[in-house]
Amino acid sequence: MIGYIVRRIGTSIVVLFGVSIFIFALLHAIYPSPAIDVLGSRANGVLIAAWNKDNGFDDPWIVQYLHYIGNLFQGNLGYSYKLNQSVGSLISEVWARSAWLSGASLVLSVLIAMPLGIYQAIRRNTIGDYAATTVAFSLYAMPVFLLGLILIEIFALDLHIFSFEGSQATSLPAIIVDVRSMTLPIVTLTLLSVASYSRYMRSSAMDVLAQDYIKVSRAKGLPERLVLTRHLVRNASLPMVTLIGLSIPFLLSGNLITETLFNYKGLGLLFYTALQNVDYNVLLAYTLIGALLTIIGNLVADIALTVADPRIRLA
Amino acid sequence: MSSLIGAGSLPPLDVTRAPEGGEVGPVQSGWKLAVREFASNKLAVTGVGILIFFLLFSFVGPVFYHGNYLTSNLVATNQAPGAGYPLGTNNQGYDELALLMKGGQAALEVGFFSAVIAIVIGALYGAISGLAGGIVDAVLMRVVDVFLSIPFLFIVLIVAVRFGASVLSLSLLIGAFSWLVPARLVRGEVLTLRVRDFVAAARVAGASQARLISRHLLPNAFGVVIVNVTFQVADAILYIAALGFLGFGLQWPNQDWGDLLSNGVTYLQDGYWWQIWPVGACIVLVVMACNLIGDAARDSLDVRLRRR
Repeated sequence: MIGYIVRRIGTSIVVLFGVSIFIFALLHAIYPSPAIDVLGSRANGVLIAAWNKDNGFDDPWIVQYLHYIGNLFQGNLGYSYKLNQSVGSLISEVWARSAWLSGASLVLSVLIAMPLGIYQAIRRNTIGDYAATTVAFSLYAMPVFLLGLILIEIFALDLHIFSFEGSQATSLPAIIVDVRSMTLPIVTLTLLSVASYSRYMRSSAMDVLAQDYIKVSRAKGLPERLVLTRHLVRNASLPMVTLIGLSIPFLLSGNLITETLFNYKGLGLLFYTALQNVDYNVLLAYTLIGALLTIIGNLVADIALTVADPRIRLA
Repeated sequence: MSSLIGAGSLPPLDVTRAPEGGEVGPVQSGWKLAVREFASNKLAVTGVGILIFFLLFSFVGPVFYHGNYLTSNLVATNQAPGAGYPLGTNNQGYDELALLMKGGQAALEVGFFSAVIAIVIGALYGAISGLAGGIVDAVLMRVVDVFLSIPFLFIVLIVAVRFGASVLSLSLLIGAFSWLVPARLVRGEVLTLRVRDFVAAARVAGASQARLISRHLLPNAFGVVIVNVTFQVADAILYIAALGFLGFGLQWPNQDWGDLLSNGVTYLQDGYWWQIWPVGACIVLVVMACNLIGDAARDSLDVRLRRR
């Protein structure tokens, strides 16, 4: 198993380098140099050339890439010429806010989706199953921002229970206790994840229910409660591990849209502002971070699955 | 989704008594069975109906309904639905119903084109990878891994901001990043198909690699591909809605649904519901229709495979 994990980490590192080269080359092709943004639109060609030379933007892109990666290893993510701040400090200011939003909704959605999916599998083709499936199916077809808008309309504008804006507090503890502001963004992301997780959980639980060992445990007279907790839940949860690991890109894009909609100053909103300002280094850094998180998500999911499922270890 | 689809509702085949006493049913080809299963599925038929409705609404609707979506009309801004404006007007005095039709064209066009691009690239890539095997296969699949790890929405946004969005550029962009899943699916199919006897027979008969792929492997992997197309369309429509909502969508005079929605959101507190909820319903309905068709197609494909 150690061998498998080491090999798996090795491929991840290779993929990570591939991804970073691709992203760097692509963004470099799109924005060859931030010179015009730094010097202003009236800068002439000579000035721009001089600035590019001073800042290394006239090197071949692969040299710039190696330079950038070298800086990365020293913890330097580059400099935002638009906000006059290092990208590292911009990100360190807001990452915890995004982590709270995504983390809370991820945990909540797993806690809701797993029992819901199992309930649907056990009581399949009943009214409850149909109702849950219909709701999940509608949510599945709904863009994040539309769901957010519906919740804002109902709970913020009509009922005045929650705020239509995310928390504007500056410290994480203050944000966590600011339930009035954070409920709607968290619920928006949670509902969307529940919609897709519960569908997988339901079909996974149905597959397990058809297995012989479930029949055997029922036949030998094991109480249904134990059949469900010991055999069904554990086995049916295994595919969820992979699914959650694979859902990082969706979480990231959900985050981007939710933070923009609720004006919640996290990484997503930072990226959105950078898009509007054409803030090249922020865009590059966050895209790379997104790729890194995606790869880590896949890696952790694969390793967790090997640990959780002995059958994979043998294979 | 099989419960929602109501599996196993095949109508009985035309059964006739054989002289020996057994029942003889007509031998049906797998595809015919699949189509039968699909057509007997109420939700699938609903999905097809919704999609046809929106095709007619978006492309034929403007022939009959001439709403103003080109010139600002400042005496008729933010009108509630009423005479002359079945769905009201927006802050520019544009007719919402006409905008919906225009946005529907963009959504369906981008959805369709990007799905075609994704499927063509993905199918060829997956077929080549699966057929080649060995080191070529390993390298090609690592490339897919690399692409799958790229936060795709971020890249689409960055490119759209730089070069501006049009139906063509968005289709190319979304297509260029969504061929990965079809590539994996087709490769998986090809891996199981390439060891089958008919492929060996074709090889013995002297078929070239290109012929193997185009005449033997891809047609047999077609089912997987066709199911995936519908999901690709749904995803692409959600993507351009998100792009439009964030303000990086199609440029005027083109319209997309996300753009309409983000425009309407400004007036959420004023209660101009007609600027938000109709377009929201359009997005959800079209995406849901595609998902329904995809799910049903997958179920009916299972029926076809069961006969093998």
